[in-house]
Amino acid sequence: MAGAENNISFHAMFHIKGGNFTDAGSISSQVKKFLKGAGFSSGVIRRTSIATFEAEMNVICYADRGNLSLFIAPNFLKVVVEDEGIGIPDVNLAMREGYSTANEKIHEMGFGAGMGLSNIKKNTDEMILTSKFGQGTHLEFVISLEGKDRLVPLFSTRE
Amino acid sequence: MKLREIRDILNAEVITGDENLEKEIKYAFAADLLSDVLALSRGPGALLITGLAHPQVIYAGNTIDLGAIIFVRGKRPNEATLQLAIDNQIPLLTTRYIMFETCGRLYQQGLRACIEKVKDGWG
Repeated sequence: MAGAENNISFHAMFHIKGGNFTDAGSISSQVKKFLKGAGFSSGVIRRTSIATFEAEMNVICYADRGNLSLFIAPNFLKVVVEDEGIGIPDVNLAMREGYSTANEKIHEMGFGAGMGLSNIKKNTDEMILTSKFGQGTHLEFVISLEGKDRLVPLFSTRE
Repeated sequence: MKLREIRDILNAEVITGDENLEKEIKYAFAADLLSDVLALSRGPGALLITGLAHPQVIYAGNTIDLGAIIFVRGKRPNEATLQLAIDNQIPLLTTRYIMFETCGRLYQQGLRACIEKVKDGWG
């Protein structure tokens, strides 16, 4: 996966509570706001926001709790989502479009069509998904930065 | 097509966003499945036609930079959804037409889809 950790110029972490449908989408909304404020291009913001939204929904729909971390380096954006929960029994099957284990509640919300993971893959340049069934899931994805997106000035901070 | 025209064609009520009625809407997308909206919408500024009125519609809408949302079948957002729409400056309208009629009337007047069809083998 792209980049050594010592190149990271920004890191923020967000906690996600599994089953908290009321606030579902609020973290990706914060990530989007931050990227917009930092001055990234609309394409980078859009792709990161869509992938982050899907990842956030997955934790809320299927896990007990999770953390979403946003890393920004000069050449890439990286999002790491680690959750504790049921995990995914068959990662390859889960990646298939249309495959879903969503329940009625998730469907009522307009999710659970089995498009989330493939949508993350479509919107990112690299994606790694691993899971231990009964323990949790680790997802990370990278969006490469090109041109003026590499010049976005960021202060060093940690939340 | 201006948002004002969309309101008039659908005999719709503007719930929030009166100040944005001159906004130009080029494309539309109709879905009750937010995963589809996130996966298939193209470009910023589109109109979402939906029967979903919970806050996640606004979060998803904000993610893909929607131009406006129109609720069909007379649906109305709750207070939390409305507040989010105001915060994110996404105009909300509601019409009593069903989704099929809503799409048909807008198409007839020249509004076109974000994406005409999916690639072979989708889903």
